[in-house]
Amino acid sequence: MVDQLVQLWPELSNSFLETLIMVGIGLTVALLLGLPLGILLFVTDRELFLENKWVKGGTGVIVNLVRSIPFIILLVFLFPFTDFLLGTTTGPVAASVSLSVAAIPFYARIVESAARDIDRGVIEAAIACGASPWLIIKDMILPEIKPALISGLTITAISLIGFSAMAGTIGGGGIGDLAIRYGYYRYDNFVMFTTVILLIVMVQGIQYMGDIVAKSVKKS
Amino acid sequence: MISIQHLSKSYTSKEEIVVGVDDVSLEIQGGEMFGVVGYSGAGKSTLLRCMNILERPTSGKVTVDGIDLMSLSSKELREARQSIGMIFQGFHLAMSKTVVENVSFALKASGVGRIERKERAEELLNLVGLSDKANHYPAQLSGGQKQRVSIARALANNPKVLLCDEATSALDPNTTQSILQLLKKINHELGLTIVLITHEMEVVKEICHRCAVMEDGKVIEEGNTYDIFAAPKHQVTQKFIQTVLDFTIPEVLLEKCKGTIVKMKFTGESAEEAVVSDLLQEHNIRGNILHGKVDYIQEQPLGTFVMELTGDEHEVRQALQSLHTTLAEVEVLKDGRSVGSIMA
Repeated sequence: MVDQLVQLWPELSNSFLETLIMVGIGLTVALLLGLPLGILLFVTDRELFLENKWVKGGTGVIVNLVRSIPFIILLVFLFPFTDFLLGTTTGPVAASVSLSVAAIPFYARIVESAARDIDRGVIEAAIACGASPWLIIKDMILPEIKPALISGLTITAISLIGFSAMAGTIGGGGIGDLAIRYGYYRYDNFVMFTTVILLIVMVQGIQYMGDIVAKSVKKS
Repeated sequence: MISIQHLSKSYTSKEEIVVGVDDVSLEIQGGEMFGVVGYSGAGKSTLLRCMNILERPTSGKVTVDGIDLMSLSSKELREARQSIGMIFQGFHLAMSKTVVENVSFALKASGVGRIERKERAEELLNLVGLSDKANHYPAQLSGGQKQRVSIARALANNPKVLLCDEATSALDPNTTQSILQLLKKINHELGLTIVLITHEMEVVKEICHRCAVMEDGKVIEEGNTYDIFAAPKHQVTQKFIQTVLDFTIPEVLLEKCKGTIVKMKFTGESAEEAVVSDLLQEHNIRGNILHGKVDYIQEQPLGTFVMELTGDEHEVRQALQSLHTTLAEVEVLKDGRSVGSIMA
């Protein structure tokens, strides 16, 4: 068994790295674009300080549109776009494009629902102070939902691991790809179990870390 | 300081128009403590929220410190709001911020620098008596302490007006008292104009110079707190006054009494004179007090007594006559001879 593991090691570590790249890029993009998008969805909602039913409606429709496409189809659907962007549709970076596209609205909805949990009165008090919308977002909303933002990132990361396995099967690489190639096509149970265990450990690790960080930023 | 002219606010919901505030006009003077009383749904909260355009009136005019708030751009409105502090029933503090950070937020809103913010926040916490809790989180504070923090936040930018939205309704009587005393102190020391809305007549009685009573979006009565308490005209006002000054005599007692039962209200100077003892001596009748109290509203006495007068029928009648000339209000609850009939 040790022999098998040693034999598998180079490919395993390579796959692991590929998964990390895919999840990492997806997560970063989710944070950079999904967070502002989620805040936008929140502040343009009814009775909020930047209420705008066209922006809210339009953004909402786009977000739902992306979220309603099953990921495996989104992957294929975005091939032309990925090709245009990177000149290739294979490899973990290419797979990151569709992972990111899926992760943005996913995280945006998490951010939006976290913001909804803030007591409206707190935002109202900030408005009554004469605070600008930007100050309210930066200094009131974001600090209030910080723990939820972090646990949201944890959820997104774990979903991305699942998605990356799908992306792997059509040329993205990663642990999921390894599991399918050996486990499914070659009936190599050892590789399959190893990858499943690796995935379990990864998910547990991310959840554990996410919980710790979310707890540490939680004040009051 | 605050001038409201023909202000109306209505909401459209499901093809139905709900009127929150209906053509209200009010003038609130600088340095005044003004109370707005009403049952829930009377529109008092909406009226208050129109005073800093947290809710935009459907029609009418709101002028605070000479500035027509309705005509301002959103940037100008933000600046105007910095000189209108507001506190709420639910305190509305940011849970992720410490006490001092909560106060600093308001200072940030007006662009105060970091070092100055710290100094000013400490000064404010000192004013509200919370210097030792500066680095606590709101969750670690009691209701009264939270309201003190929100008062400090509301006062951060040296406002001219403080709006209080049921500021004491969530607090126990003791804490309510201490918050009211704090508001009184602020009004006195900083010359701040304070508008507070409440459903507790006790609060109005305690600190308001003037007050208005609202029902169904309209102001139905307005005047000096003392006058409102001494002679409430509208039925709703009378009901409110009754919550603080209740002089209902049990039916059983009314039936038992043989004499004439009369309710007398002493206002202003008459409350300080020996009206009753003079009356009894002069007319040679006997008086038996069934209920009574002297209240001090805005440091003026307001006395209400319910007495049973017994003696010669003619003398009692004459005594009542003379009471009518000396007192603001005399009401005969029960005539000595024929039970149930009321004579003026």
